[in-house]
Amino acid sequence: MSTTLILLAAFLAGVATYLVTSRILSRILLGFVIYGHVVVIALLAAGGKAGEAPLADQTSAIDSSDPLPQALSLTAIVISFGLTLFMLALARASQLHTGTDLVEDDLEDKSIGLEESHG
Amino acid sequence: MASLVTLTVIIPMIGAAFAMLLRTQRWLRELVVSSSLIFLAVASTLILLDVKEGATIVSRVGGWAPELGVVLVADMFAALVLFVASLTILAVEIFSLFQRRTQFGSDLSITGPILLVLSSGVALAVLTGDLFTLFVSFELILISSYVLLTHQGQPGQIRSGMTYVVMNLLASTLFLVGIAFVYGATGTVNLALLAERIPELSDGTRIGIGTWFLVVFGTKAAMFPVFSWLPDSYPTAPTTITAIFAGLLTKIGVYAIIRFHGLMGFDDLGALILTIAALTMVTGVLGALAQNDMKRILSFHIVSQIGYMLMAFGLFTINGVAAAIFFLFNQIPTKTVLFLSGGLVEASEGTSSLKKVGGLAKHRPEIAFVFGLPALSLAGIPPFSGFVAKFGVVASGVAAQSWWLVAVALGVSLLTLLSMAKIWVGVFWGKPADSTDSQESSLSRSDRSYQAMTFAALATVGATLAIALFAGPIWDMSIRAAEEVLDSSSYIEAVMTE
Repeated sequence: MSTTLILLAAFLAGVATYLVTSRILSRILLGFVIYGHVVVIALLAAGGKAGEAPLADQTSAIDSSDPLPQALSLTAIVISFGLTLFMLALARASQLHTGTDLVEDDLEDKSIGLEESHG
Repeated sequence: MASLVTLTVIIPMIGAAFAMLLRTQRWLRELVVSSSLIFLAVASTLILLDVKEGATIVSRVGGWAPELGVVLVADMFAALVLFVASLTILAVEIFSLFQRRTQFGSDLSITGPILLVLSSGVALAVLTGDLFTLFVSFELILISSYVLLTHQGQPGQIRSGMTYVVMNLLASTLFLVGIAFVYGATGTVNLALLAERIPELSDGTRIGIGTWFLVVFGTKAAMFPVFSWLPDSYPTAPTTITAIFAGLLTKIGVYAIIRFHGLMGFDDLGALILTIAALTMVTGVLGALAQNDMKRILSFHIVSQIGYMLMAFGLFTINGVAAAIFFLFNQIPTKTVLFLSGGLVEASEGTSSLKKVGGLAKHRPEIAFVFGLPALSLAGIPPFSGFVAKFGVVASGVAAQSWWLVAVALGVSLLTLLSMAKIWVGVFWGKPADSTDSQESSLSRSDRSYQAMTFAALATVGATLAIALFAGPIWDMSIRAAEEVLDSSSYIEAVMTE
């Protein structure tokens, strides 16, 4: 397992977490794009040492790199791509309604809180 | 039989693709959607009957060995949950078939196909035998739920949809990183192989993986402290959608916890799960007491009831896990029908706010009936199914001598009854609201679609009564399911042997 990959994943995870804690959906979206990379790097690191391309009948099982993490990464990339587009659409819809894409608090909850404090 | 297990995942997906093409032919589309769901219901009934008679059904997709390919495993637990989930989806589809014609439902052509994708995801989540396919099925369920929640594009839905999407996306990311951890530690994502290899890991790694996945599945299940997205977003969706979400989504999270943590033998996380369970029960019910809207009260109760299942499971005894499974089985139709009654209230009055409606018991007694029985059941009043479920939970707590948990569970029960009474007083008693503003948006009792909706809701009430009636056999099946969940060797043997 490569230390460089793990350090890179940790660094990117830090950046992504910072972005996700923002209130602006487009920033959160960027955070999730970076999280997508964290996931791929983590899966690669979990796959062990890099090797030859894992083609059946051409490379021996010992020389080739583990194909499963690559398959998993591919699936994860496809899913995160679709979700990125969906979040962009959501940010756009929010912008049409409110003028911004801020993620707001639960309004009904706020009103109940106010009601209680005013008696 | 093995191919039937695979078809429960595939048929709804194919149906979704066809229904999506039939955008303009409404009746043809509804026919495709309904017949796919009827197939799912029939198939899951056959699977349940077969599993009850014989052994676990294992389907190796594409004929690959379990080490290499995807396996679908229908054991007792999976068969039970698949059965009740598919019947509930079918009932809601019938309800929404007629509701879609009214302005309270969503009349867009997208709802039916997406509902099928969601059903396929639920079937896959329940049946899958490996961790990565579980992730994919969660994504299927979640992506369709994102669409169902926000497709009407109303400001409230977009606002709460953002919180919902961000929370669940974060959980999905954690899920994937967790899979990387598990794969790095064990070299497999197959659940049966993991059940062999995870107990052999060092304690630190093992507990780390267990806690990590508790957070992942717990976020989907809306356990304390990661539940706040649920009561915010669920009430904003159209009622039929909320009914499906309430019945299924969080329960799939609980299902994953029971499956994963039970199979991998995380007994030493029991104390943590029990603490979280107690906090989930209490915060959920207290949150419910503060609310003024029927759908929001019910949403907080979803959270509270999750606590009961976690509590029974966290004991890690056969009786405890069986109680959790029975509770899960009972919750799916009960929660769904409560939200359907909320939908009927909205259809009749135009709103579900306690302050704006009243006196429904007099002029709409059928809604009072549809709400009343499941509400009593939810609070755990005998002779309803909720009583059997809660009795199982409390009895397993007593047997394990966790007195403080029993005390919390009973206290929360009482508060549940109190908040059900609040809905009853607000919605069904009192003076009918002078609904001048909502009059034109309400459905009259003679309306055919109102009658059909009431019929579908009544059928679901019937299902919850049937659970009480057949509590004995269902409990026996739950016991067998719990034995299979806790004893990983039977699961491993079923998956690995040809």
